[in-house]
Amino acid sequence: MLRSLSRISELPIVVRQLQKSASAAQGGLSKTSTNNNYATEATIEVNRPFKLHRLDEGPATTVKLTKDEALKYYTQMQTIRRIETAAGNLYKEKIIRGFCHLYSGQEACAVGMKAAMRDVDNIISAYRVHGWTYLMGVSPNGVLAELTGVQGGCARGKGGSMHMYSPNFYGGNGIVGAQVPLGAGVGLACKYKGNGGMCLALYGDGAANQGQVFEAYNMAYLWKLPVIFVCENNNYGMGTSSERASCNTDYYTRGDALPGIWVDGMDVLAVRSATEFAINYVNTHGPLVMETNTYRYSGHSMSDPGTSYRTREEIQEVRQKRDPITSFKELCIELGLITADEVKAIDLKVRKEIDEATAFAKSDAELAVSHLWTDVYSNNLEPKLRGPISYNLDHIQERKGVNH
Amino acid sequence: MLRSKLTQAACAAVQRTFSTSPKVLATKQLTVRDALNSALDDELARDERVFILGEEVAQYDGAYKVSRGLWKKYGDKRVIDTPITEMGFAGIAVGAAMAGLRPVCEFMTFNFAMQAIDHIINSAAKTFYMSAGAVNVPIVFRGPNGAASGVAAQHSQCYAAWYAHCPGLKVVSPYDSEDARGLLKAAIRDPDPVVVLENELMYGVAFPVDDKVVDKDFVVPIGKAKIMRPGKDITIVAHSKAVETGLLAAAELAKKGIEAEVINLRSIRPLDTATIFASVRKTHHLITIENGWPQHGVGAEICARIMEDQTFFELDAPVWRCCGVDVPMPYAKTLELNALPRVHDVTEAALKVLGGKAGKAVAAAK
Repeated sequence: MLRSLSRISELPIVVRQLQKSASAAQGGLSKTSTNNNYATEATIEVNRPFKLHRLDEGPATTVKLTKDEALKYYTQMQTIRRIETAAGNLYKEKIIRGFCHLYSGQEACAVGMKAAMRDVDNIISAYRVHGWTYLMGVSPNGVLAELTGVQGGCARGKGGSMHMYSPNFYGGNGIVGAQVPLGAGVGLACKYKGNGGMCLALYGDGAANQGQVFEAYNMAYLWKLPVIFVCENNNYGMGTSSERASCNTDYYTRGDALPGIWVDGMDVLAVRSATEFAINYVNTHGPLVMETNTYRYSGHSMSDPGTSYRTREEIQEVRQKRDPITSFKELCIELGLITADEVKAIDLKVRKEIDEATAFAKSDAELAVSHLWTDVYSNNLEPKLRGPISYNLDHIQERKGVNH
Repeated sequence: MLRSKLTQAACAAVQRTFSTSPKVLATKQLTVRDALNSALDDELARDERVFILGEEVAQYDGAYKVSRGLWKKYGDKRVIDTPITEMGFAGIAVGAAMAGLRPVCEFMTFNFAMQAIDHIINSAAKTFYMSAGAVNVPIVFRGPNGAASGVAAQHSQCYAAWYAHCPGLKVVSPYDSEDARGLLKAAIRDPDPVVVLENELMYGVAFPVDDKVVDKDFVVPIGKAKIMRPGKDITIVAHSKAVETGLLAAAELAKKGIEAEVINLRSIRPLDTATIFASVRKTHHLITIENGWPQHGVGAEICARIMEDQTFFELDAPVWRCCGVDVPMPYAKTLELNALPRVHDVTEAALKVLGGKAGKAVAAAK
């Protein structure tokens, strides 16, 4: 653990170099005032520089942030945090069963990427997808109800934590690494259809060593597929630190011929800027790898307290110095984009929404048992499915699926 | 036997339903390879979303020439050569299907598809159910399956039972040109993932086909078996190349006065138990042939299905399986020859199952 601690301490101290408009003359930051001290737009330098692999130019390091955007990103990140807190509690209450992998600490990655995505763009991820499901249009009710396995869940309770879907969101995937070639395939479909879209294929630092990830890089490069391979590096694949699992922990360089960008995954604006650059890049040149350096506060899953392979001090240090929500909030207040009162109002609203969603997820009913034998095939050709002792179940067809 | 007479009447209707490609109507000979090739050609032309990807499918014209000429005709976009990375390209194909395309993913042989089986089962077969009917995955996985000739253990295995085990998949296994063409076209048009298990040794075999088979709208319905040869004494069920063994065995049995009914399964999942049961109600005897291993195999499944159905009581003798020998395939020619069920194995099994009846049939024939 000493090693991982020392690695963390090697990172530049994450205190945003906030420069108030008063010091804008020093460069890097300005804001447009409307009245009093409040701003409607600000220009900001991203906190930690991007690192580039096989790229002459990288993402913009100076970014604009409007008040509306600030409110939106803060609300989204806070909602994800709240959903995960609620999920953790529901799990402890034994209402959520089986798997439950929390995204707390990594919110800026998803919110930053989503902020850059256009309507034609797609995303597929692994098994830590509650936040992404919400960002891709499923209500907190739909997410939490899926976790509690009730019919109001976005997959009607049939998928659970890892298997949620929505338009342009091709799901969580429970098989580590499998989503990466799937995402390349979604990118292939974008290119094939010529719709100008692209796909974000997300995986963790653990999955980054899977063979099929390299197979997908290779073909995506050969075929110039519009795919951004995103390695969300939270430093641990389950309980194995990245140094213990990867011969090269510079994940943004691991695409070999594919260009790469390292981005501070705790900085929503840096992630947004990098993703905007990457979207433009992959649509003209083909795939690239983007590493978002981030951290997960919880253990790998609910059965992992997350303290045997790292120290509590390490987690505390990240929470205090790098938390993506706190740092963004402080930045926005400092810039005058959001007031402390507005933050409070958002916090209250989000808390209320998630409390209500939690209550819904607890009170909604499971699907009727007949749904066990519903929608096994889009075009069912087997008149009877087998029950436990005989072929006595009539396959029920309620939905056909989107691909016809 | 009254029961027998009643069921015979029922089965006569079934026989009429399942045409056996009457040779009188046959206008041309078509190899299985050309049947598959023309099916791909038809479907590429019919639906812009259909594309082929796999190793050597484009510029090389297909490792077994199944995709011959299609790259020249349809170009790089529709016929895509992949590197030798089954897991990766199978995953890419499934992802493309999830996003609305209709990939035909060729495995040079199904032996190599074991590298990609996670995407076939976990990514393709389960997604429709996992998503509660939101995302269906219209994809075809095709390629040669089963034992070829002289290629030893790692290249000689039947995967019919493996894939047929999994809900969410459809599995077809053509025998002749009509099957190959009709089933592949049906598979490409199907909205669910379909595994098409071909056989390398059949690619070059020509079969007579009538005009309807070469029609661009011809399809063979998935999930329906075909009676290749009607008979009243014993039912022989087989798929793929084992159908040939069954037909040859039936011809041998006919010389002894035994009329065997040969059923070509065509589909492994869904399994057309209705056709099998109807035949058994007529013949009261059943043997199965497959070139795969016995344990948990296609024959084993048919035995179980019969036992769980009223048809069990129609049997006059136990069902018997003729299977590949329960060993990895050896290279040496004689050993290889003995590793798969041969015609005399099938006739022996048939005579055993028929028991005393076989003697009576022989006597009657004389």
